[in-house]
Amino acid sequence: MTTTTERPTTAATENRSSMKRSNRWVTVLFLGPAILYLALFFGYPVVKNVIMGFQQYDIATFFTGEAPWVGFANYTEVITGALFSKALLNTFLFTIGSIVGQFALGMALAVFFRRRFPLSGFLRSLILLPWLIPLIVSSAVWRWLLDTDGGALNRFLMGVGVVDQGIPWLTSTSLALISVIAVNIWIGIPFNTVILHGGLQGIPDELYEAGALDGATGWRAFRHITWPMLRPVVSVTLVLGVVYTLKVLDIILGLTQAGPANATQTLTTQSYQLSFQSFDFGQGAAVSNILIVISLVFAVIYLRANRRAVDE
Amino acid sequence: MTEVRRPWLNTAFGLLIVAVLLFPIYWMVNASLQPGGATLDTSWFPLNPDLAGYRTAISEQGGNLVTSLVIALGSVVVSLVIAIPAAYVLAQFDFRWTNLVLFAILISQMIPGIVIANALYSAYADLGLLNSIPGLILADSTSGIPFAILICRALMESLPKSIVEAALVDGAGPVRAFFSIVVPVSRNAIITAGLFTFLFTWSDFLFALTLTTTEDVRPVTLGIYNYIGAYVNDWSSVMATAVLASVPAIVLLVAAQKYVAAGATGGAVK
Repeated sequence: MTTTTERPTTAATENRSSMKRSNRWVTVLFLGPAILYLALFFGYPVVKNVIMGFQQYDIATFFTGEAPWVGFANYTEVITGALFSKALLNTFLFTIGSIVGQFALGMALAVFFRRRFPLSGFLRSLILLPWLIPLIVSSAVWRWLLDTDGGALNRFLMGVGVVDQGIPWLTSTSLALISVIAVNIWIGIPFNTVILHGGLQGIPDELYEAGALDGATGWRAFRHITWPMLRPVVSVTLVLGVVYTLKVLDIILGLTQAGPANATQTLTTQSYQLSFQSFDFGQGAAVSNILIVISLVFAVIYLRANRRAVDE
Repeated sequence: MTEVRRPWLNTAFGLLIVAVLLFPIYWMVNASLQPGGATLDTSWFPLNPDLAGYRTAISEQGGNLVTSLVIALGSVVVSLVIAIPAAYVLAQFDFRWTNLVLFAILISQMIPGIVIANALYSAYADLGLLNSIPGLILADSTSGIPFAILICRALMESLPKSIVEAALVDGAGPVRAFFSIVVPVSRNAIITAGLFTFLFTWSDFLFALTLTTTEDVRPVTLGIYNYIGAYVNDWSSVMATAVLASVPAIVLLVAAQKYVAAGATGGAVK
């Protein structure tokens, strides 16, 4: 505290009020464009989607400009359709499977890279690569790796004699979802590792030293020191993971185009197909609104977890 | 950091993990260097590297790579111009609705892209922004702008108010203080925001897929999708395109490593 702030002179007060006035100007000038952008590219689409969900908004709309109000017809049609329950179940399996896999492996790697050994920092930064390359590139690479006839995985498995015929990883209805989940886990490992490693670095070494005196080492140290200290970071990682996984489109379209026979259809791909392949924007909006509600539930959990992380 | 007894054993194990995790990327590079045509027996090592895949990739996708580059650079400019001043106000001013705006930004990052695409399609059709570079730049900035605001604000908040006030006392207006003090000292956050915005936009697939209907404006991600959407009989040129599309990520990881770590953690926890 300086003395000037304790005893403001009249000149300083005057100066401050003129500063406030010009600040209002600057606020409008500096913050205005950002608010306008958020309103146009986030606010408008959400409102528009809610409205479109109640309209018969299809290819004819683009010619006549008319989108008759149909109440809940889009929702009832979508929800009672054969595809919806499958897409909902797949969304659930895809999200849970991806998150569990990414988190468990990311955590294991984060704990491993907390050790001090030659090249640890270099190796840790190398594993970020799968996270930085475009998702559609990863999808293309994995499509070739998992190809039934010429894919590297099947050639390896046949080479060592585990199987005598190529496994249809992406073209069999019973395997496709599992393969897509596995690829998404591969993509998510780096992000989980980095965030959890950052969280682990924040735990003071003294806690482990004190724990070691009480006999808490290895698994017990993880259970009683690492896990409780890491909880705020864990909740943020998990919720962000869920929100990102719910909206995945690139990987599924790139690997299987939501097939075979809708085996990898999720709410996001269904919404895409309804709007942009069947040009039924009303039904597409209905599905994506259901997706928004699911995302928002997790958003609330995220904000609460985030606030707790900031408070602590 | 934990001390370990046999450090080199850990290094060996770490190398093994990295080798397994990065095998797909090795395979991409390896396959891109194989001669095209008969692809069923891709050899395990590129012993006789062949650049035919790259020649096909550049002749078929070269224009799309340029399109992606223009859109990504455009989005970096738009995002930073909109985000940096906003971050400054949100970090340093006693603005009444700061928390509300921050809340809106956090929520905006949860909105699925397909929702935005659904609504923008008809709006873009009316405004003539479908199949246009400005249209894609604006839509793609939906990832860059919230991220850039959050990451720049986090740094600007840690700046002592006194350094800006000192400039104001010296007679500089708030705008001049912003350009001559706030922007230079926030350099690291701005670079991180710019690099990640570039990467987000370069990687965009959703808006490229939904907001273009012709081949006039086609980012390279969509080019790759069109390759793999049909039966592929020349994987070497697909993989060569994939390698070219990965160049920004690789450059970023090699040349700007500290910004990558900052971006990864900064985006998650405020």
